[in-house]
Amino acid sequence: MLFDDSSSRASDSASGPVKPAAESHGVDRRGFFRTLGVVGAGVALAGETPAAEQLDDPFGVLVDTTQCVGCRTCEKECAKAHGLPVPEGGYRTTTSDQQLSIIQHHESDDPRVDMGVVFVKRQCMHCLQPACASACLTKALYKSPDGPVVWRQSKCMGCRYCMVSCPFDMPKAEFDSATPRIMKCDLCADRVAEGKQPVCVESCGASALTFGRRSQLVEEAHKRIAESPDVYVHHIYGEREAGGTSWLYLAATEFDKLGFAQDLERVTYPSLTKEFLYGVPVVLTLVPPLLLAISNATRPAFAPQGGEHGSH
Amino acid sequence: MEATSSISWKAEAKRTLQFLRSELRPRGKIWTPFNVISGAIILAGAIILAFRFFYGLGAVTNLNQDYPWGIWKAFNVVTGVAFAGGAYVLVFLVYVLHQEQYRPIVRVTILNGFLAYVFYAGALLLELGRPWNVINPVIGNSFGFSSVLFLVAWHFMLYMIAQFVEFSPAIAEWLGWKRIHRVLHGMTLGAVVFGISLSILHQSGLGALFLMAKDKIHPLWYSEFIPIQFLVSSVFAGLAMVIFEGTLSRSVFKTRVSPSYHFSHERIVLSLSRICAGAMFVYLFLQTLIFVHGQDWKHLSGFWGAWYGVEIVGFVAVPCVLFTLAYRRRNTSLARWAAVGAMLGIVLNRLNVSLIAYKIGAPVRYVPTWMELVVALSVILAEVWVFRWIVNRLPVLGEAPAWTHEAEEASKEVIPHARPAAVQPIERSVASKEA
Repeated sequence: MLFDDSSSRASDSASGPVKPAAESHGVDRRGFFRTLGVVGAGVALAGETPAAEQLDDPFGVLVDTTQCVGCRTCEKECAKAHGLPVPEGGYRTTTSDQQLSIIQHHESDDPRVDMGVVFVKRQCMHCLQPACASACLTKALYKSPDGPVVWRQSKCMGCRYCMVSCPFDMPKAEFDSATPRIMKCDLCADRVAEGKQPVCVESCGASALTFGRRSQLVEEAHKRIAESPDVYVHHIYGEREAGGTSWLYLAATEFDKLGFAQDLERVTYPSLTKEFLYGVPVVLTLVPPLLLAISNATRPAFAPQGGEHGSH
Repeated sequence: MEATSSISWKAEAKRTLQFLRSELRPRGKIWTPFNVISGAIILAGAIILAFRFFYGLGAVTNLNQDYPWGIWKAFNVVTGVAFAGGAYVLVFLVYVLHQEQYRPIVRVTILNGFLAYVFYAGALLLELGRPWNVINPVIGNSFGFSSVLFLVAWHFMLYMIAQFVEFSPAIAEWLGWKRIHRVLHGMTLGAVVFGISLSILHQSGLGALFLMAKDKIHPLWYSEFIPIQFLVSSVFAGLAMVIFEGTLSRSVFKTRVSPSYHFSHERIVLSLSRICAGAMFVYLFLQTLIFVHGQDWKHLSGFWGAWYGVEIVGFVAVPCVLFTLAYRRRNTSLARWAAVGAMLGIVLNRLNVSLIAYKIGAPVRYVPTWMELVVALSVILAEVWVFRWIVNRLPVLGEAPAWTHEAEEASKEVIPHARPAAVQPIERSVASKEA
């Protein structure tokens, strides 16, 4: 099911041992080449790729909800991989500080929906420009160049502004801990950095999840819609929501019936605070001289000396 | 030369220490009803906070994944800072516009503002999940420049310093440090100008915190103009607080109040009422523009429309009219009622934005636990205790010591035709009476 990405991955892992020294930056390079479809000699040169270019095309996952059978293997594997209690009981409706990835169970009477049931995997959407990361005053939440939005324990001060800001409500706090963490899907950033796939994708036996560069996922999603126009809703959730997310969804029925927020901004969420933040240097540089000017202009009888009350 | 100066420094230090020791002793009766009740609440608050730090926020609060911020943030920080806005408005009037008639209340207002920030920033620390990392955005190993909260946090810190500088001459007067007093006094205007700029930014910044919560706040309370709404409303929130607090202080601290404060109080309340009425009118106009521009008519039906009406009409428009009437009819008790109404309106507005009209569809609505309320109250009571301690010792409500007075008189000689002729004779007559 993995399209051309798998072949380039294979060639990458083959070429991997050749450049072990570049392990920490290896992913960036590999990713860059995968995107460009270049192999070989230009390695050293292209290693200088700026991070911004990587951000333009981060890793992501395409979720085809028509393929998901609701086996919840991904939930269990995710819990194991992140050291969390393995979920038991029925389908959840939201993620929690104990469960970063869930399978939702939605009933639908849409004729396009097979068997009248849709299973939807939900987790952090890994926005292209995440609200949480822009809200974070310690940069504890941060968008890594390869796409995963990760949380860094040593920086977070637990203000929970990320939770207020996230349009998908994905960051969850451990309220019952004296040393609470912010819990959310990290797209298995460590594995991705090693050139592996996230555990949920790897464990999915139903081919519902496809891991790859976002641009290719978008293409693939459009292709699937074009090939089966009667199966899918003609919309890729995540393509433009919140300015674009790394997780993309295909579905056989309208997304609002599957619990997806439909009225989200098409612009990025950080842009909502941009005007205000632009105003800050303006106020800080223009208001003080203005106040000093007013103070001087309104000084009774224009005392010649400077300072409040004149000088002593 | 050096020897004599070191001796005088030694003597000075000794004198200051002795003075401080004598000042530390409590004054007045200890077992008053207020002390007993507030002391019990503060003690209970401290115990609850111990639980909070040992077992996590969940042990004492009703915070959940839908409501990451509770009453400590919404009431103590977001609302409390609006009420502390009186300090920047008053220093603007006195130090920038030279409106000397407000001089008698400027110090107590700065003190109030300063303590409000100290205690409310403290409340912010209580509600941080990982408070030991609070140092990260301060020392610069992790600056989140794109964060509104980063800006608010830094401006809180800087503004506290600015306010401390604004207030510091009172400390120098209390300790009798004449030379330091002169230096501190000279820094006042700088601190004032810096402080006003910071206030404009963090008062609006508290509103800007909610800009990214666009899908979570009811449209009647969310607009891209929240920062401006918060800034404008902080003007009358702060002044209403000044009127309210001044009325209390005048009766509680009778013995500490200077005659000039006493004489001018009524007149100050009435002119502040006028400013409040103006600011509230501007605010109402702004709200109307935002309402019309946002095409919010469709939201007016149902409970939330009515609730919005209660806030805007009942607690903004009505106090605005009352302030106007109070000023026109020279009725100070009406002004006080208007101040109470305006303050309730601010509480309502801030809680609506941050809690009540926030995520109205959440499966579990947030309602604070009694423990959260006790802590919220303890923060305020602890502030009142510190305020009382300072007012009872420092020249806050009363006259500055004679030696500063002489200096000021001397400086006034430089300005022969000072404008506030109405106030000066009173001050002079008071001074002569005391002499």
